[in-house]
Amino acid sequence: MIIGSALGAFVALGFLAILFNGRHWIHSLTYGACAALCVILAGDGLWHMVMGGHEAAPAIVLPIGIPWLKAHFRLDSLSTFFLMAINSPAALASLFGIAYGGHVPEARRVTPLFPLFLFAMNGVLLADDAFVFLVSWEFMSLSSWLLVLSDHTNAEARRAGLVYLVMAVFGTFCLLAAFGLLAGHAGAYGFAAMRTAHLGPWAGGLVVALALLGAGSKAGMVPLHAWLPLAHPAAPSHVSALMSGVMTKVAIYGLIRILFDLRSDVGWGWGFFIMVMGALTAVLGVLYALFQRDLKTLLAYSTVENVGIILIALGLAVAFRDHGAATLSAVALLAALYHVINHSLFKTLLFLGSGAILTATGERRLDRLGGLLNRMPVTGLTFLVGAAAISALPPLNGFVSEWLIFQSLFHAPTIPHWAMRFGVPVVGVAMALAAAFAGTCFVRAFGIVFLGRPRSPEARHAAEVPFVMQAAMAIPAVACLCLGVFPVMATSGIATVVEPLAKVQLPTALLGWPWLSPISPTDGSYSATMLLLTFIGLMLTTVIALRLFGTRRVRPAPAWDCGHQEDIVNAQYSADSFSQPLRRVFGSVVFNAQERVDMPTPGDLRPARFELRMTDPIWDGLYMGILRVVNAIADRVNRLQFLTVRRYLFLMFTTLVVLLLIVAIRQQ
Amino acid sequence: MTALLLGIIHTWLVVGLAPMVTGIVRLTKARLQGRRGASVLQPYRDLWRLLHKETVIAESATWLFRITPYLVFVCVALAGTIMPTYTTNMLMTPAADLIALVALLATARFFTALAGLDVGTAFGGLGASREMFIASIAEPGILTVIFSLSLLAHTTAPANIAAFVLSGHVGLEVSAGLALGVLVMIAIAENGRIPIDNPATHLELTMVHEAMVLEYSGRHLALLEAAGMIRLQLFMSIISCLFFPWGMATVSSGAGGLVLGLAAWLAKVGAMSVALGVFETSIAKMRVFRVADYLGGALLLALLATIFLYVSEAV
Repeated sequence: MIIGSALGAFVALGFLAILFNGRHWIHSLTYGACAALCVILAGDGLWHMVMGGHEAAPAIVLPIGIPWLKAHFRLDSLSTFFLMAINSPAALASLFGIAYGGHVPEARRVTPLFPLFLFAMNGVLLADDAFVFLVSWEFMSLSSWLLVLSDHTNAEARRAGLVYLVMAVFGTFCLLAAFGLLAGHAGAYGFAAMRTAHLGPWAGGLVVALALLGAGSKAGMVPLHAWLPLAHPAAPSHVSALMSGVMTKVAIYGLIRILFDLRSDVGWGWGFFIMVMGALTAVLGVLYALFQRDLKTLLAYSTVENVGIILIALGLAVAFRDHGAATLSAVALLAALYHVINHSLFKTLLFLGSGAILTATGERRLDRLGGLLNRMPVTGLTFLVGAAAISALPPLNGFVSEWLIFQSLFHAPTIPHWAMRFGVPVVGVAMALAAAFAGTCFVRAFGIVFLGRPRSPEARHAAEVPFVMQAAMAIPAVACLCLGVFPVMATSGIATVVEPLAKVQLPTALLGWPWLSPISPTDGSYSATMLLLTFIGLMLTTVIALRLFGTRRVRPAPAWDCGHQEDIVNAQYSADSFSQPLRRVFGSVVFNAQERVDMPTPGDLRPARFELRMTDPIWDGLYMGILRVVNAIADRVNRLQFLTVRRYLFLMFTTLVVLLLIVAIRQQ
Repeated sequence: MTALLLGIIHTWLVVGLAPMVTGIVRLTKARLQGRRGASVLQPYRDLWRLLHKETVIAESATWLFRITPYLVFVCVALAGTIMPTYTTNMLMTPAADLIALVALLATARFFTALAGLDVGTAFGGLGASREMFIASIAEPGILTVIFSLSLLAHTTAPANIAAFVLSGHVGLEVSAGLALGVLVMIAIAENGRIPIDNPATHLELTMVHEAMVLEYSGRHLALLEAAGMIRLQLFMSIISCLFFPWGMATVSSGAGGLVLGLAAWLAKVGAMSVALGVFETSIAKMRVFRVADYLGGALLLALLATIFLYVSEAV
């Protein structure tokens, strides 16, 4: 009931915003109401999670949609969890929007679509039949597509919109086919009927493949990720936060719904495939992120990486389940869902931070920023927390979920299959590489943007953003710390989702307080609470010891820099020079990176030039290849447009004969 | 209660003896180079001197620059607190397994690199960039070593791995040998020793770690130097705990066992310090871009170690 009225209110808000489009107060009002509605929805999800017992919840049938089909809605524990997980960051993005939403370019085109986008995402979670699911999914794609296009005067945004539209249509088409197969001949499009449907091995495999293509393209799985780093940064920052932090999670929800709820017999081979795709996504995503010069594009590529990490855990869960290791499967699924919450929190935080930087300086390019930490203390501190959390540093939340995923990976060789045994160490190395690269990537992002000396006048004159925006960044920063230090908060909540899905009781060690262990305490344990307490104890001892034994004299002076006292701002490391060692090692192979230095001869007055060329192997190889093939076919088919009437008649006649032949053969 | 007491003694030992390890390495190198060398207590005197010097802070530095030395020192000391050395009976040992230990060291490195970028000088950025480059390949290597050890011992907790090795169920394993080799290679890289980095040079374009902390002085520098010393000794403790745990006291050992464990640990760390000194004297530093080959090789060896486990199982 509450959820229904909240969803209705989203739609009403959208229309209200269209109605009062020109008024300046409509922005704050809409975003404020969105924040309140999201808090209500998240709170409702949390309440349902605490109360538990939703497996038997009946579907609500509403007489809307196509006349003879009714719309089914249902809130089970998986939906409940995602209701909480997506509405909490959405509330933060809305809160940020109160101060930010009125100042973005073309704000009038953004504000009415924002609540509609939220409506669509919540609709996907509540759907209990394929019809509602697909309509909500498509609504979500289209509303976000319009948000990407809001700044339509920008050529980059238009290109992003085009690529996004093609990929979104492709994804929905795949999901449509997947649900069509699940529904079978009888056309049982309700989820309840699909759960009991029996599919042959081929049809079952095809469903998984199509679901992976459909949901994977929305989540940003390599090589279907190409639209994501174009579209996510093109939208205003609070919408980017929604798209990266929230919409990718809705896609993960769709994948979990199909892989773990609607189908319960997915083979380990698919688990292995998903795991390998996840590893590829994680490593490639972060490699791309490492070499980006635009802060928001960097964050979008880092989303690709995190989706890869989630996919690794999901693939593991599928493989474990197929081998009857239900507990291990539950642990991997729990780790995946933990990372879903974590990533939605810190990615929202980081995108909101990029919005704050845009507000203060109008810049997204790393090489035009610098030294913002002194001028924007709250933004800087919260961004630092987000960067440390996404780099999986203890005691923050990112580390706990990655630790759990590593632990489940370390248990994977118990599956007695050669592909798993040789594949898992390679996936482990890939994930370790991704984690280490993420650390480097975010040292670079934070270091270039917030540290050093300002690289442009805009950065030199930046000022801290309004209080509402600071609050919207401070809340997720605190949440990152809490979920990291008290993992039991998250694990006990997620357990209510995982246990019905995996049909197993989770080991108490996993929920244990204060030690967290995957299966049993002897496997290895981690306790952020104890670490933090010891850390505080050691820190106090250190500070007191230094006070007692050392001198406290401090003298400010110009930077030493080995005696180079000239104040050359451009002598400090830039974004490109920071990633140069890794570019030399990995970029030359993956991205065909080529550096060229054009040094004038002594006496020549022209400036020296440094040129860096990189290519995108997936875009150039895969997408342009497909485009070339499509163009070639189109050219051939184009001839059909200029035939004579005689030939058209002949073509029609041939078609008729062929169709009749098919019918005749099938009748026999 | 005993566990808490033993843990506190352990922390003091780890922090207190770390400069001595550095002293032994330096003395060994000096003797091998034909110099008399300073006493092994010289690092203590250096730290004491730095503590009493005034701290100069660049005008362009932020608060991050000031808190980083404390964070780094405490993170590394915390890692030292967790890693068992002379006994596994310590309260804090279950607080973090090997993965968390690596992550703690990564936290220290994260902040050191940020501090290197903070002042906005060319050398700071150079050090930060190279340090993160080396870590990007070294960290996966060490995690893969942990992976192969956990496949052998079915645990990632250092105390349990030590117990597994002590139980004698492990014979001469090829993969354990490979893992040891990789861990030594990575320990050299992570501690900035020759041939990756030279801890004794300043103002040379090949330096990595020293370039990052170039702007530090006074007590801040003392903390960072001490953290480096603890890290060196911590890696020696990791190697001795995982691969040579003999003599280590356990929960059931009495006072005699503890004394034996302490003596064994001191002997092992002392021997490794001398070995490091000999190794550093006998090898030349390599170019920065050769480091990728060195660490990439280590990573592949580590992967080979895990795969050998299955091969040996199948044969």
